[in-house]
Amino acid sequence: MSELNIAMVEKYRNSFLHEVEANVEEGDWVKMCMQCGVCSGSCPLGSHWEHSPQKLFMMIRAGKREEVLSSDSMWMCTSCYNCVVRCPREVPITHIMHGLASYAKRLGLVPKGQQTAKFAQHFWDNLVKKGRVNELKLGLNLYFMNGFAEGVKTSLKMKDIGLGMLKTKRMSPMEIFGGHKVKDLDGFQAMVKKAQEIETARIEKNMNA
Amino acid sequence: MTEVIATNQTILVVGGGVSGMTAALEAAEMGKKVVLVEKRAFIGGRITQLYKYFPKLCHPTCGLEINQRRAKMNPNLTILTLAQVTDLTGSEGNYSAKVTISPRYVNENCTACGDCAKAVDAEFDNEFNYGLGAMKKRKGAYLPYNMAHPQTYVLDPAMIGTEDAEKAKAACKYNAIDLEMQEEVLELNIGAVIWATGWRPYDAAKIQPYGYDRIANVITSVEFERMMDASGPTGGKLIRPSDGKEAKDVAFIQCAGSRDRNHLKHCSRICCMASLKQSTYVSEQFADSGKSTIYYIDIRAIDRFEDFYKKVQANKNVSFVKSKVANIIEDKATGNPILRGVDTEGYHRYEQPHDLVVLAIGMEPSLNEAGFPGEVVINEHGFIERDESNGAIFAAGCAADALDVNRAVQSATAASLRAIQVVNRVAGAEG
Ligand SMILES: Cc1cc2nc3c(=O)[nH]c(=O)nc-3n(C[C@H](O)[C@H](O)[C@H](O)COP(=O)(O)OP(=O)(O)OC[C@H]3O[C@@H](n4cnc5c(N)ncnc54)[C@H](O)[C@@H]3O)c2cc1C
Repeated sequence: MSELNIAMVEKYRNSFLHEVEANVEEGDWVKMCMQCGVCSGSCPLGSHWEHSPQKLFMMIRAGKREEVLSSDSMWMCTSCYNCVVRCPREVPITHIMHGLASYAKRLGLVPKGQQTAKFAQHFWDNLVKKGRVNELKLGLNLYFMNGFAEGVKTSLKMKDIGLGMLKTKRMSPMEIFGGHKVKDLDGFQAMVKKAQEIETARIEKNMNA
Repeated sequence: MTEVIATNQTILVVGGGVSGMTAALEAAEMGKKVVLVEKRAFIGGRITQLYKYFPKLCHPTCGLEINQRRAKMNPNLTILTLAQVTDLTGSEGNYSAKVTISPRYVNENCTACGDCAKAVDAEFDNEFNYGLGAMKKRKGAYLPYNMAHPQTYVLDPAMIGTEDAEKAKAACKYNAIDLEMQEEVLELNIGAVIWATGWRPYDAAKIQPYGYDRIANVITSVEFERMMDASGPTGGKLIRPSDGKEAKDVAFIQCAGSRDRNHLKHCSRICCMASLKQSTYVSEQFADSGKSTIYYIDIRAIDRFEDFYKKVQANKNVSFVKSKVANIIEDKATGNPILRGVDTEGYHRYEQPHDLVVLAIGMEPSLNEAGFPGEVVINEHGFIERDESNGAIFAAGCAADALDVNRAVQSATAASLRAIQVVNRVAGAEG
């Protein structure tokens, strides 16, 4: 268990809902769920998840901390927003899903080898480097995420799409050398750092309060 | 010309549904002068389009008949149909109301023999049946429905100036058709106003995932009521719009439009009871071969209605699924609507076909803020609030809130008493 995880268990012993409200983005909306189930029924990937949003929200209220935070369901959300537009209470379900994923990551509870979590990390690292996504490197990273052999296979499979993107100037081969960046890269990175500091300070304050 | 005598001791009632009728009769029977203004060609409002009432399962026609007789017998009550209040100014004890009356083209000589209807060919949408079934259309000369009060035919204004109108006139043996009839505008002085313009069903097509506008066998609860009427659009048979097959496996979807921030925020309060009641229609028609499934978020059978809920629960042919249906698709081969969602008791994913789907449609106020001719406080749901600043304008029934008949009538009686107090004060002041 990570130190933060141990501290949080101690602090919110009796109420996981309070923990979610205080630490998860949009977490204070969880109590507004009336368990109608429209989100779960509307999710295009719903049948592939172990815990639908509606179920996760009920589990939060039931105090099933370990099961929720180590669930891989919130990592499966593709941000299609079907649930948000249909929710009769306008609960920002998509945001809560991402909030839960990010909190679980902070606590070190992401299931081992979770593919979307892995990819999200690649995406983040790629993005903060230059303030712009480097499509070429991100693509290669993704293909080779699970080893060299699989990477070669996927690269060959995706070859035509890659060439198409090059031809229509949607991707440049020069990206392999550094790649393009935002105008004020230092400013951008300072901003991200500051945001992370604020977020960490907030959560640590909750932990120690 | 329509002669109406009104003074500032007169009470104006707007809307002649069960609430407006009740308010008007209570005041008239107390000896007050009352003018009732009703937009449609007949009084009774939406209950005339219901088959049975919960919780007693008696027929609305029974109570309506009593009220119609009370109305006929009371000289204090003047009823104006096809009429609307188009302007309202003044203050408590002294209002001026402009009432616009559309021509009916039929006068009081009418005996409701129906010869005019037989004579004309022109047909129009039958709003009484919500455009449903074999009786989608009605003739251009028509009685709105069998028990309509007044029992006077109406000519559709779209028919005036056509040959059909002349045919209707020629067919009438009683000299009751007057094609020269014009719109009239009356200016009435009155002391207090009871606003009882009621409700209308929420537009089901706006709930896109349920496909009301795409799937023939998805209908609304108000249409389902019409199907049970022996003289209604299907001759009293529960059949599917797509193929006329008996609808023996019926799904009811609760909160269709209500309790939903994308549609109506409020709970319409009557829909749970309406669906529980309508499940008894399925049993009444098909006995044990009729099945009802009610998809719900919570069943809200308020206070003493719990007994009714218990009774329906005990019926083995009615099942309950705790889930707001996510969407409906159509099985093209069978015409069956397929309901998709996840239930809350066990989180099972379902894809369930039924013969027919009834959307328990929400109630919204029939009049929006822009439609109100004077100044009045209206809440975020569109209903009229009780407020000092309304002066002597009192809302009754579903103009005030989403209510069942019992509560609408209570609200109407209360509004009537408030209006009576106002005109009593006026009378006292004038000695
Ligand atoms: C599917 C369904 C089933 C139901 N079943 C039951 C049941 O079994 N038991 C029960 O208790 N309740 C039932 N209800 C509720 C019931 O219909 C209402 O409580 C009742 O109709 C309220 O009456 P009202 O007079 O307030 O409104 P309305 O019936 O809407 O009457 C309003 C009247 O005002 C008129 N009007 C509108 N605007 C104007 C205007 N600008 N000027 C003049 N006149 C105007 C209208 O033409 C109408 O005649 C049901 C509702 C639904 C949707």
